[in-house]
Amino acid sequence: MNTLSPEPSAAPAPLLRTTLARRSSPAVPMAETAPAVESRDFKFWYGATAEPTLKGITLRVPRKAVTAIIGPSGCGKSTFLRAINRMHDLLPGARYGGELLLNGQSIFGPGMDLVALRQRVGMVFQRPNPFPKSIFDNVAYGAELNRLVAPRDLPDLVERCLRQAALWDEVKDRLDQPGTGLSGGQQQRLCIARALGNQPEVLLMDEPCSALDPIATQRVEELIHELKRDYTIVIVTHNMQQAARVSDYTGFFDRGELIEVGETEQVFTNPASPRTEAYLTGRFG
Amino acid sequence: MATSSLPTPEAPATAPPASLVGAQHGDRVFRLLLTTAALAIPLLMGFLVYELYTGSALAIDRYGLGFVTGSTWDPVAEEFGAAPLIFGTLLSAVLALLIAVPLSLGVAIFLTEFAPRWLRQPVAFVIELLAAIPSVVYGLWGIFVLVPLLKKVVFPFLRDTLGFLPFFQGPIYGPSMLAASVILAIMVMPFIMSVAREVLLAVPNSQREAALALGATRWEAVTSAIVPYARSGIIGAVILGLGRALGETMAVTMLIGNRHEIAASLFAPGYTMAAVIANEFSGAGTDIHFAALTYVALVLFVITVLVNAAARLLIWRVSRGAPAGGTGL
Ligand SMILES: Nc1ncnc2c1ncn2[C@@H]1O[C@H](COP(=O)(O)OP(=O)(O)OP(=O)(O)O)[C@@H](O)[C@H]1O
Ligand SMILES: [Mg+2]
Repeated sequence: MNTLSPEPSAAPAPLLRTTLARRSSPAVPMAETAPAVESRDFKFWYGATAEPTLKGITLRVPRKAVTAIIGPSGCGKSTFLRAINRMHDLLPGARYGGELLLNGQSIFGPGMDLVALRQRVGMVFQRPNPFPKSIFDNVAYGAELNRLVAPRDLPDLVERCLRQAALWDEVKDRLDQPGTGLSGGQQQRLCIARALGNQPEVLLMDEPCSALDPIATQRVEELIHELKRDYTIVIVTHNMQQAARVSDYTGFFDRGELIEVGETEQVFTNPASPRTEAYLTGRFG
Repeated sequence: MATSSLPTPEAPATAPPASLVGAQHGDRVFRLLLTTAALAIPLLMGFLVYELYTGSALAIDRYGLGFVTGSTWDPVAEEFGAAPLIFGTLLSAVLALLIAVPLSLGVAIFLTEFAPRWLRQPVAFVIELLAAIPSVVYGLWGIFVLVPLLKKVVFPFLRDTLGFLPFFQGPIYGPSMLAASVILAIMVMPFIMSVAREVLLAVPNSQREAALALGATRWEAVTSAIVPYARSGIIGAVILGLGRALGETMAVTMLIGNRHEIAASLFAPGYTMAAVIANEFSGAGTDIHFAALTYVALVLFVITVLVNAAARLLIWRVSRGAPAGGTGL
């Protein structure tokens, strides 16, 4: 029998229903906000292969909201995310097609300064990767590098970022200790603080909680909820409940295509595509 | 019935397989072998120190610690002082590092971060080949190519531009402290370069990405993230080079001029501990001459151990709290 049952009003998995109920729906509908990041038929190739890894993604990422990207492993979520701050530039032979815009300006265009782009678009990686420097120097790194604040204002900035990252109370007495000496969850929050220290507009998070325990995960999720007041956040996650809890909008990727995107509530409770529904209910494949 | 038609499963092996017991036995033998080997090294070292000590007892009795401060070396008058040798050894090694470290680090960084991919492996391979050239060949090359070049071009240039410093004054001979330091630098470069390169290659890509994602340029990522991450390994590379420079004998003695003298000018000849041992050991006519040379060997041994201990302390201090930024040697 076909596992893809064509029920039109598919019920979400029970766990999702409870988490969804607690979440308020986004203030602004997706189409009406001016997007912070917009991709138009964006394609990406890792090498000289004929088949692109991303096959034409058209997606608007609303400002000051959390957009989750979900999808099976290898579908191109990280590839898409890393294109937004051009982390692919290091790879020889990588190509792209279509358009990718930050505030309406082409990310790959000649007018885009790579250093400025990466300052405006911060990134938090799957595994915490603090520098083997002091906690203070980790957070101050971007601001010092890009000369964002005067040296005497650095302590204020560091404190503010650590507070925003909900790490201040745990580390305020040992800012001179190496950041690599923190626990995994603390390290990840340090990396978030470090990204905030760069005063970005957009924060990209690639499975930021996959190396964390449930408590640390919860803290990071609360943090994301706080941060969306000031930042545009794009988060890749394999955890459906997490996507449901933290995001306002959700995009479902499969095999290099964006299958559907919409308000999280709608995507989870009433997905337009049977493929999304199959994935959400665990009957995928 | 269905079960009867199924093939019976093979009898489970209840007795422990013989091969496993054998492996455990082999383990024991192996461990014994390794332990013996590991113990043999400190033993050998102690034996070496003992030999050096008894061999130089005569000179130690006669000159005591004044040996390391005295500066006359006269086998006929049986007067021996090693200060110029110690000075020459340390100075030539330090100068060699001053030249070799920036160059080899530059090459290592270029090869790991900036060079086009097709170039990286071949260049690294060629540089590592340089480490395999016998030291006497470097010495010959130094005599026929390097010294004339230094004498005609580099030394006069240094005297004209930096001549106000005492290091670059006085007559130019050719064989000199500076010539020996340059050849030493060329000889230790491949070692420092290849170890530093390995260490830089071992820096996880996540560190590189972290720096780049924060808006660092490639160069800023190298100086502010990659090199600091690898710092203890890089210091290890430098120490390896220092060890080689302190003990190098053949090429040095061919180029340093072999004169027992402490000169301010780097154009003047000098001498090193290793060089004097190699030159005079076979011709040592008297017991006291022989003992003095062994005493020099003992001093060289002690200095090498001290320098390495200090370097290890340095590595330990910079790498505290840091992840293993490479091997640390
Ligand atoms: N550096 C690379 N070179 C070549 N192909 C790559 C590279 N990185 C990823 N790919 C390929 O691109 C496709 C998409 O990879 P991507 O990392 O974007 O997947 P993902 O959706 O993030 O998966 P996951 O959930 O497992 O992280 C995969 O088929 C992968 O094999
Ligand atoms: Mg991924």
